[in-house]
Amino acid sequence: MPAHTITILDTNEQYSCNESQHLLAGMVQLGKKGIPVGCRGGGCGVCKVQITSGSYQSKKMSRARVTRDEEENDTVLACRVFPQSDIQLKVLGHLNKVVKAV
Amino acid sequence: MAMTGILRPGHVQLRVMDIDEAVNHYCNYMGLIETDRDDQGRVYLKCWDEHDKFSIVLEPSDSSGMNHMAFKVRTEQDLWRFESNVKNFGVETKRIPAGELNGCGERVSFVAPGGHRFDLFAEKEMVGNGLPTTNPPPWPEDVVGMKAIRFDHCLLYGNDHDESVRFFVEALEFELTEQVVDGDVQIAAFLSCSTKAHDIAFIRHDEPGRLHHASFLLGSWEQVLRAADIISMKDIPLDVGPTRHGLTRGMTIYYFDPSGNRNEVFAEDSYRYPDSPLLTWTADNSGQAIFYHSRTLVDSFMGVTS
Repeated sequence: MPAHTITILDTNEQYSCNESQHLLAGMVQLGKKGIPVGCRGGGCGVCKVQITSGSYQSKKMSRARVTRDEEENDTVLACRVFPQSDIQLKVLGHLNKVVKAV
Repeated sequence: MAMTGILRPGHVQLRVMDIDEAVNHYCNYMGLIETDRDDQGRVYLKCWDEHDKFSIVLEPSDSSGMNHMAFKVRTEQDLWRFESNVKNFGVETKRIPAGELNGCGERVSFVAPGGHRFDLFAEKEMVGNGLPTTNPPPWPEDVVGMKAIRFDHCLLYGNDHDESVRFFVEALEFELTEQVVDGDVQIAAFLSCSTKAHDIAFIRHDEPGRLHHASFLLGSWEQVLRAADIISMKDIPLDVGPTRHGLTRGMTIYYFDPSGNRNEVFAEDSYRYPDSPLLTWTADNSGQAIFYHSRTLVDSFMGVTS
């Protein structure tokens, strides 16, 4: 299975991800960090990234979290993106500290 | 005196982005049983020890999250009484005709102050739990996966937290069983309509109508560990656990369905009676309240909803 190099431009972190893995699975498996990890099912939106270079295939992601326009402009959820080449990306999502008082 | 009024969570309708993946997750991995499908493509499921026709409805959608959660009331008179209570609280209601969901009677539907839709119903077709009612054996032999026993509760994140809790207490006659407080501010509220530790819970939040998790009962801590094995075997995205909660004492594990809706399976939580005292956890101890062993809050658990 071909493996590709994923570069998180925000931190310059790089890791290897093969074509059958989504971008978060590759990252987590190697103990790397940089993209927030949430539901890994395209539902919660915390792993939103902007793909700045590279090609990929993607699976369905929640319209409540990624608009059609965003998806067409390579703003996607990392957990639904399977690399077809080396990829560079910027992190857009974040984990809200929802319980602010804590 | 038997239970009156609202009896229990009757069902939750979850939005899913791939119906086949969702059915595989809930049936083959968690052990729910498919009981029907309808012309909108919705799939009806039940856990093995539930007698009503369904407790989960999977709705094909382009997003994830909760469409609505429904509670079963004891009698039709209760249904109209709660409809009146809800209106008197100042929340609009509408009636949904019998049969809109296959096998479900007429529903009273409303959006509570936290932005979540709830329905009440008195009647649902009963299909039984797969066991005879005379000389029943303890469990059916054909249940697979985690062998979830029943749909138990939902935890919801919504805005207008204080009004949400007041609505459930005053209009729907739930009782507050446990809470997390930061001084005068209530952060979490666990509410019961039964002898369970909770039938619904709310967390203070700034976005309306979010689902934190839908929860299912298992029989023992050993069954929770077995669920953990299945989560790894089947490559299910794990969130937290297996561990114990301080709140409710439940032994628990959290994971996500293929559309990113969080599920919990748990066992051996506490119980209550109408005269049980309210239990309070303080915000400075919230790590232990939520995860009793690690005493550490987990970002994904606190921050991810659908």
